[in-house]
Amino acid sequence: METDLTWMMGGPQGSGVESGANIFSQVCAEAGYHIFGKREFYSNIKGEHSYFAVRVTDGVTHSSTSGADLLVAFDAETIFRHYDDVHAGGGIIYNSEVEQVDTERVHTLDGPFVERLHRRLDESGVERTVAGALQCARSEGVTLYPVPFKEILARLAERAGNPKLGGFIRMYNTIAVTLSLRLLGMPAAPLKDSVSKIFAKKPAVADINVQAATLAYDALDTYADAASIQAARRLGEPGQREPHTILVQGYQGTALGKMAAGCRFQAYYPITPASDESVYMETHEIIDVIDDRPGSTAVIQTEDEICAIGMTIGSVLTGTRSSTCTSGPGFSLMTEALGWAGINEVPLVITDYQRGGPATGLPTRHGQDDLLSVIFASHGEFPRIVYASGSVEESFYDTGRCFNYAEEFQVPLIHMMDKFLANTVQTCRRFDPQKVEIRRGRLLGEAATSDGTAGEAAGPAGNGHDVDGGEGEAAPAYHRFAFTEDGISPRAKLGMDDFIFWNTGDESDETGHITEDPILRTRMMEKRMSRLDLILDRMPAEEQALEVAGGQAHGHGGEGGDRDGGARPITVVTWGSATGPARDAVEMLRRQDGIRARLIQVKLLHPFPTERVAELLQSDGLEGRIVVDIEANYSGQLGTLLAQNMGLRVDHYILKYTGRGMTCTEIYDTLKKIADGTAEKREVLMYGA
Amino acid sequence: MALRLADYKTDVHNDWCPGCGDFGIVNAIQMTLAEMGVRRDKAAIFSGIGCSGKTSHYINTYGVHTLHGRVLTFAQGAKLANPDMTILAVGGDGDGLGIGAGHFVAAGRRNIDMTYVVFDNGVYGLTKGQASPTLKLGEKTKSLPSPNTNHSVNPIGLAVASGFTFVARGYSYDVRHLKYLLTQAIRHRGLSFLDVLQPCPTYNDINTRDWYAGKDLMKESLERHDRIYRLEDTKYDPTVNYDDPDENNRHLSQALTKSLEWGERIPTGVFYSNELTGPYSDRIRDKIPNYTENPPARQSIARADGTSNTNLEAILDSLEV
Repeated sequence: METDLTWMMGGPQGSGVESGANIFSQVCAEAGYHIFGKREFYSNIKGEHSYFAVRVTDGVTHSSTSGADLLVAFDAETIFRHYDDVHAGGGIIYNSEVEQVDTERVHTLDGPFVERLHRRLDESGVERTVAGALQCARSEGVTLYPVPFKEILARLAERAGNPKLGGFIRMYNTIAVTLSLRLLGMPAAPLKDSVSKIFAKKPAVADINVQAATLAYDALDTYADAASIQAARRLGEPGQREPHTILVQGYQGTALGKMAAGCRFQAYYPITPASDESVYMETHEIIDVIDDRPGSTAVIQTEDEICAIGMTIGSVLTGTRSSTCTSGPGFSLMTEALGWAGINEVPLVITDYQRGGPATGLPTRHGQDDLLSVIFASHGEFPRIVYASGSVEESFYDTGRCFNYAEEFQVPLIHMMDKFLANTVQTCRRFDPQKVEIRRGRLLGEAATSDGTAGEAAGPAGNGHDVDGGEGEAAPAYHRFAFTEDGISPRAKLGMDDFIFWNTGDESDETGHITEDPILRTRMMEKRMSRLDLILDRMPAEEQALEVAGGQAHGHGGEGGDRDGGARPITVVTWGSATGPARDAVEMLRRQDGIRARLIQVKLLHPFPTERVAELLQSDGLEGRIVVDIEANYSGQLGTLLAQNMGLRVDHYILKYTGRGMTCTEIYDTLKKIADGTAEKREVLMYGA
Repeated sequence: MALRLADYKTDVHNDWCPGCGDFGIVNAIQMTLAEMGVRRDKAAIFSGIGCSGKTSHYINTYGVHTLHGRVLTFAQGAKLANPDMTILAVGGDGDGLGIGAGHFVAAGRRNIDMTYVVFDNGVYGLTKGQASPTLKLGEKTKSLPSPNTNHSVNPIGLAVASGFTFVARGYSYDVRHLKYLLTQAIRHRGLSFLDVLQPCPTYNDINTRDWYAGKDLMKESLERHDRIYRLEDTKYDPTVNYDDPDENNRHLSQALTKSLEWGERIPTGVFYSNELTGPYSDRIRDKIPNYTENPPARQSIARADGTSNTNLEAILDSLEV
């Protein structure tokens, strides 16, 4: 890639860092670049430090890198937190009015961080001030661009004839973004367009922001010297990009996926980082339907997650595709009802946006530490599907599949997402709802069901009615849990004519009435649990696990890899959001170092696709490969599943549990150590403020 | 074809104790549905856990036997997705006012059009007689090692305070009156609460059938002295008659005051009735105009070729860069 540049902006929460970063991302995306942005923030409404790192490239990427090429800061804390993130040759645009601020005056710098910061500044022999930190950066080859932000605002107030604007520091974000784009060599016009687009609903705000952008664009030349502006890294040509690219926020993948999948009921309780999805669905609650009257999604905010799952189950029983969306603590509350859905064969979809646990853990930070808990949650034994997406784009299509799997196999399904994905902003191919198939399994009353079982119009045969059970003109009895050849019974909806059924959390007979009969209990357990083999048997192999990087060819990687015939080949196994950075790292390893590396992403985590994973592992046909497990938790939970299901002990773990997302850079560095034979069995990643 | 009472009965063996007050309630529900002509496949009984939880198995409509304390959550979800159904939620006082009390309050705030019947007997019967939320402080039913150390909850008062728009009390041995109350509760547009005093002959040896009949009081006077009386036999007017906060507040206060009456005289009947506060579906319709005609359960989601019929083009256009 010619262009591969990371821009970073930080500031106090509530100061518009997020909307500023959105403007920046929008401008770059509109200009034809690829964007991969990630957001980090505290569990706080106002004041604590948040930041956004946006990677701008001329080719497709799946992750962020460590560090930044351009940092823009309008407060002191951002400098203290990130001055050493900036690469040599990079730049820092900062608010010159904060130069003399010392660390003691920034109350949001927490104790352990201040200690580390002081040590670094003291070792460098500089003052414990913004100026000191900047001095360190400059000595590392970073160019500084001091700009008096307040002065720009004062000029704006003067020009607009509105003195109040002089104190309107909410606009620092627009100024910061503008200065950045100017330095990177972007023209002013698209910036103004994006500002107008983002604030389209508030014309007055849009107008004043456009004015601020106009002023700030020229201000850089006023305050910074021409030579340093000239020295700055500029964005190259955007390169080729597929037509119909969209810029999406992470949670939009599952939200739009649910809408496309026909999910028309969602109950939820507010929790970070999951609620964004539900709020987005409610914002778009009226659904435009092709060749039909408008549809809608009933999005219901409940009193707790127990009610959220209960309501969702109630809705599923009416034949409505329904879902709930939560994070670790909420999922923990849902577990009893999950078991109810299991014993009653309810095709419920739970979207779980994981965050760092346990308990409240790191409420706004990343983690993939709920995998085993989700697989084993709730007492007793019952079949379920645990499915994980590795990217925002994937999550749109996976959401559709999840509803199909749940209904075809009549099991609850947990779709694993996480904070990293939720707070990613990225460009990707426009989602194609036409590719979303709706397969409802043996649901009765549909025009046609995918396996050819006719709906209610076809009469009693084949739809669970016991033909011998009738008397006179009465319809023969329908048995919701009728034993069938493959263990899946025709499923009626509450309110359907003549298909009365019972559900119970107790063990039940075929009609759904309580039983404690030992023989019947055994048959029912076997009926339900046989679903696990059926899932592995019927789900397409490439939807269970796949090779996302590396070539199938024996001994020959793609794209000029494999120059280094001496190094042992590396096979990385991962799941969920770790896939993106792992994929980029593996590709760097192949491209830059010629190492025969490849990446296997496991999407179906339960039931575990042992055969498929074994086949993928062997498919390189190589001897002596090193197997590496990468995931964002302490214990290597996928590794546990590999050992439990396949007896496979991985050679190395690359783990991260700082609460920050992984970068491709740190994974690459660690994979190199593994290739060199200098790595520990368990390597722990630490990058990120 | 007219529906008969027998059509609403299942052949599931009923394993409640002989003399259990629950029988009266299940009979009243079956009779009410039959008399109202509610189609069996357009009604669903949701039940909680405990003896009362088995109710859904004895009634020949759709039946969903849920989890302890969670009956209202399941029932509300079903009603929201398919508003055409007549939904009854049933459960014990421990289920609804102990473990499920949070849902009770939240359900009141929503006021979804359905009926909730609490089988109120003061004990956890199926776990052998522990004190439940409506047992009075200091009372010692026969299997308690020592007298109850908690204050009782006031189900009528809590319902009124939570926003239920129809609040009534019945007595399980007065099936005809129960039927009368159930009919009104089901017809009511909004969330109805029916607190049914239901003696547990096995574990509650205090609030027995004889106690409700006032036999202990008769000993002195030798006159019939029922504790239970009906509000409709008094001048009590439960109905909020016009849409005015003062009018509503008067009725709420009156209901709350009346709910405190307990001891030698126990009121049954309708405590509070307000149809001027619209049900939750009205609030959904404010946002989704065709919700009633095209609720979630009725929407088509696929085209003839089996692909999604959701049109996301406008949203995707706005995301395109």
